[in-house]
Amino acid sequence: MSDTILELDQLSKSFGNLKAVDQLSLKLKRGNVYGLLGPNGSGKSTTLGMILNVINKSSGSFEWYQGQITTHQALKKIGAIIERPNFYPYMSALQNLKLICKIKQCSYKTIEEKLDLVGLWDRRDSKFSTFSLGMKQRLAIAAALVNNPELLILDEPTNGLDPEGIHQIRKLITTIAEMGTTILLASHLLDEVEKVCNQVIVLKNGVKYYEGPVDQITQTFGYFELKAIDQTALKNFLKKLPQTKEVKSENNHIRLNLNAELSEEELSKKLAGANIFITHFVKKRPSLEQQFLTLTKAQ
Amino acid sequence: MRLLSIELFKLWHNRISKILILGYFMLIFSVAILSTIKVELGPIEFHLADQGIFNFPYIWHFNTFMIGLLKIFFAIIIVAMIGNEYSYKTLKQNLIDGLSKGEFLRSKIYAILAFVITSTLLVFIISLILGGIYSDYNELQIVFSDLEYLLAYAVKLFGFFSFCLFLSLLIKRSAFALGLLAFWQVFEGIAYGLMKWKLSDYIPFLSAEDVFKFFPLNAMGNLIKEPFSRLSAIQNIADQIGEGFNKDYDISVLSLLIVLAWSVLFLRGAYLLLKRRDL
Repeated sequence: MSDTILELDQLSKSFGNLKAVDQLSLKLKRGNVYGLLGPNGSGKSTTLGMILNVINKSSGSFEWYQGQITTHQALKKIGAIIERPNFYPYMSALQNLKLICKIKQCSYKTIEEKLDLVGLWDRRDSKFSTFSLGMKQRLAIAAALVNNPELLILDEPTNGLDPEGIHQIRKLITTIAEMGTTILLASHLLDEVEKVCNQVIVLKNGVKYYEGPVDQITQTFGYFELKAIDQTALKNFLKKLPQTKEVKSENNHIRLNLNAELSEEELSKKLAGANIFITHFVKKRPSLEQQFLTLTKAQ
Repeated sequence: MRLLSIELFKLWHNRISKILILGYFMLIFSVAILSTIKVELGPIEFHLADQGIFNFPYIWHFNTFMIGLLKIFFAIIIVAMIGNEYSYKTLKQNLIDGLSKGEFLRSKIYAILAFVITSTLLVFIISLILGGIYSDYNELQIVFSDLEYLLAYAVKLFGFFSFCLFLSLLIKRSAFALGLLAFWQVFEGIAYGLMKWKLSDYIPFLSAEDVFKFFPLNAMGNLIKEPFSRLSAIQNIADQIGEGFNKDYDISVLSLLIVLAWSVLFLRGAYLLLKRRDL
């Protein structure tokens, strides 16, 4: 079996004049944890809606499993959670999961294990309408896992949850990822993506801005934050360094952006050699959040 | 069978639809209660069952017509089962879980078919029992004549429920869909009135009835005509006052075809609506 689970080719969706998704091409491969990043309204949910059979595409195409099976057959092999958990409120947790098993044509055997995993086995006979939002979201995860999916799609799974709920869901996602399930996590919460994903896709206004490993997007040469008694002398000195990309005054310190490797030791030796005495000295790497902002702002 | 069991699972675990379904089947039995109606007014004793309503083969006509009036109960269930899927957003979830749009619609249609068949069987059994008790004629070939009323009953129900399914998919909200159904009934009446008044002025060779029989609800109504004026008691009275009825009570093949054609159109329309819409 090939590694590619899903392939998008020039997939587009317009709502009237608005291009919600614009010629998006992607490949999802088995074993990765993908983060689909983008601000609100960047086309994340529309993209997921199209591959999940609920939104009709305007143009382009997508294929599940190299087009070997139809979309609705493929959906039986995956699990997906979109926006809010949707269940029949008059049925109990157990009845809802049984119905999903009927649709997905999988056995009831896994139900207990999955409800246990999300901590809802004791509440299996309670009606869905009596659940809190956090419990509903956990039930949604159990429902998405009930067929032991090859791919789990999560759209803003922590949206609207309290810190406790957010923590529980994140822990669950990490557990599931460790079990080897391929995951596609759509979110605008960057630290969430940074913590669990190894691949990111950045979307803005329906256009793909970046696709690649998480560590590559955050991998730059980093920057220094410095303060000295004589700020002007420091600034002039830094500007002459070969590794310098940019020197900026920020708040009351100086920020040195690098375009080549420069270690803390090397820089402090050089500064000492030039008789510049510093009061503050830190080397930092940008977070995914900062990188994301630069990426989406730049273009 | 999988699709049918999915739909029945949804219906069965909903208390309101369970009560309505059971209530509907109970009401079918209530026709039997009619047989016990006895009015005693001094010397005049009136026993409904003795008036010949349970005579074979007339009973097929009478029961299919009377029980056919109960169809509105199941119409509520159909409209609610679609309306709920929209309001709970479970239609979306069903599709994500791997049901195709065609399968979703088919699961609803199978449920309707199962219901129509059960209902028709019940009418058959009840009529057989009531007729067995009260009918003046019990020869087999009389008992089993005029069975086409059962066919007409099934087609009438299926056509009506297809219409309900289409309306509820169109409107997405149960209450408004039922409202539209009522409105449509009124609309057909008004359209008929207007045609009767003006149509022959414009198109002389076309009578209002010719057009009206193609209207969906009217076509369903035409399938089984009211049975009361066929009762001998009422016929006698009519004859006495010199106003004999000359109505054709038979099931017309044309009406059957019209209703079936509408059913196909409604179900096709429902599918196209579902397919085109983004959720």
